[in-house]
Amino acid sequence: MRAWLFLVFLIVFFEIWARVAYGSSFILNVYNLQSISVFATAPLLLALGQTFVIISAGIDLSLGFIMGFASVIAAHTANYAAAQLGLPPFAAMIVAIATGTALTIIPGLVNGALIAHLRVPPFIGTLGMYGVARGAAYLFAGGMTVAISNPWYSAIGNNRVLGVPVVVILTAIACLIMHYLLSQTRFGQHTYAMGASQAAARRAGIRIKRLTMKIYLLSAVMAGVAGAFYTGRFSAGAAQAGEPLLLDSIAAVVIGGASLFGGSGTIWGTVAGALVIAVIQYGLVFIDVEPFWQFIAVGTVIIISVLVDQTQRRFTGGRQVE
Amino acid sequence: MSDVTQAAAGPILSAPILSVRGISKHFGGVQALHKVSFDVHAGEVVALAGDNGAGKSTVIKAISGVFQHEGGEILLDGRRVDFSSPQEARDHGIETIYQDLALADNLSIGANIFLGREPMTRRFGFLPAIDRKKMAAAAKATMGLLDFHVSRLDAPVSAFSGGQRQAVAIGRAIFWNARLVIMDEPTAALGVPEQRKVIALIQSLKAQGRGVIFISHNLRDIFEVADRIVVFRRGENAGERRPHETTSDEIVRMMVGK
Repeated sequence: MRAWLFLVFLIVFFEIWARVAYGSSFILNVYNLQSISVFATAPLLLALGQTFVIISAGIDLSLGFIMGFASVIAAHTANYAAAQLGLPPFAAMIVAIATGTALTIIPGLVNGALIAHLRVPPFIGTLGMYGVARGAAYLFAGGMTVAISNPWYSAIGNNRVLGVPVVVILTAIACLIMHYLLSQTRFGQHTYAMGASQAAARRAGIRIKRLTMKIYLLSAVMAGVAGAFYTGRFSAGAAQAGEPLLLDSIAAVVIGGASLFGGSGTIWGTVAGALVIAVIQYGLVFIDVEPFWQFIAVGTVIIISVLVDQTQRRFTGGRQVE
Repeated sequence: MSDVTQAAAGPILSAPILSVRGISKHFGGVQALHKVSFDVHAGEVVALAGDNGAGKSTVIKAISGVFQHEGGEILLDGRRVDFSSPQEARDHGIETIYQDLALADNLSIGANIFLGREPMTRRFGFLPAIDRKKMAAAAKATMGLLDFHVSRLDAPVSAFSGGQRQAVAIGRAIFWNARLVIMDEPTAALGVPEQRKVIALIQSLKAQGRGVIFISHNLRDIFEVADRIVVFRRGENAGERRPHETTSDEIVRMMVGK
């Protein structure tokens, strides 16, 4: 809820600024709404998977380059399917999205196996995968962006239905599915339990290793979806597609109220966190502030979120995990 | 060993729920357990006493399926069992409550009772979802049995006191109809009033006809609640006594060797 309050506060701030400085509205402006929501989709898709990882008391640093890897694979597949297999654009797009997303199963499983079976700390294991995925993405891309010319695929990335961008609709569906998984299924419930106490979860008969594999698999696949969408949005695959988004994804989860110690967090909190970041970034450009202030503003919001979280814990007598 | 035979021949009418017969366990070169035996009957509280490293924790881990024992046998209702996991022991009605409680602090009482075995329902007629209503109702009923009435069934267990959390762990055992409840130092981390509450909980388990194995360093608690005290020393049986037939001095002598 805190993140939603933050969001309202920011919107009110930019709204007043827009009215005073430009005599126009910030939020009652279809173009602004479309831009902010599209802007939020990629970090949000990464943050959805990251939410599960962070609730389980882990961290996934490899998501940004897994996204880039998927983006490059999807672009190559779209071109190959059209040129070599002679598939029509729509079918080529489907094959491309499916292949780009499906191949992220590999880094996801490797992350999971490193952490669950080889007991590598998540920070280190996924840092290793960060490097591997980065290298693989650039190698597959040949060091360049991979342009596609597929009208269907580009339409998915840029068209709107009744004014709502298609990627926003698809991301909203992803949010609903992830919310369902986290809040209504055993998988989600066990993720919370594991984050609070791995020993307690194990003693309750939860198979921690399998659960860990599933969590990192899910986060990699969500990064794959983000990469596949990226290729549509920019009509090109790029290895660096997710490079600046990794920290945004972690920030969105933390601003959304999750604890980096695990055990808490929600999908709707993460959605609000991602919107907070998008509104700050877009809003500062809107009011003509130098873009570098975005970093300072987002950084400040992260710090405030963590401070509020800690204060709250102290007052509710919640367990302090060292 | 003669003490064991004597106690088994004592005035107990029912057959034992659990019978541990001459089990051993070693870790590398260390003999953690050597031919350890004891019985637990329905409605009986058996206290395991012994110094650190005497083998109390090892024996309960063997019973609860954490370790596989070597030699000897464990009989449940007279039938030999060999558990390969804690889950299997639990499926046979043996619940273990650990010192550090093994609760997920961020989840509600109901969610903790059902952790790993969540009941499912269907949302909108098709979507499988965890049945939180059922979990809350079960939590309320079970905690009521323990005379522990909670108003906030959705609150995480971190919001409750140590004794209340112990009650949640015991409630989980009761809900799953455990016939044998193993408690490892259940009072160690608690203040005095809370310790009294846990002693009362153990007595209510006993009154419900469940068998209880109780490990404690606190001889006062042991004397208050146990029907029988099984003493271990260096991984072996050092004797068995009934509380009204012995003194804490004698138990301590048995623990450290005469």
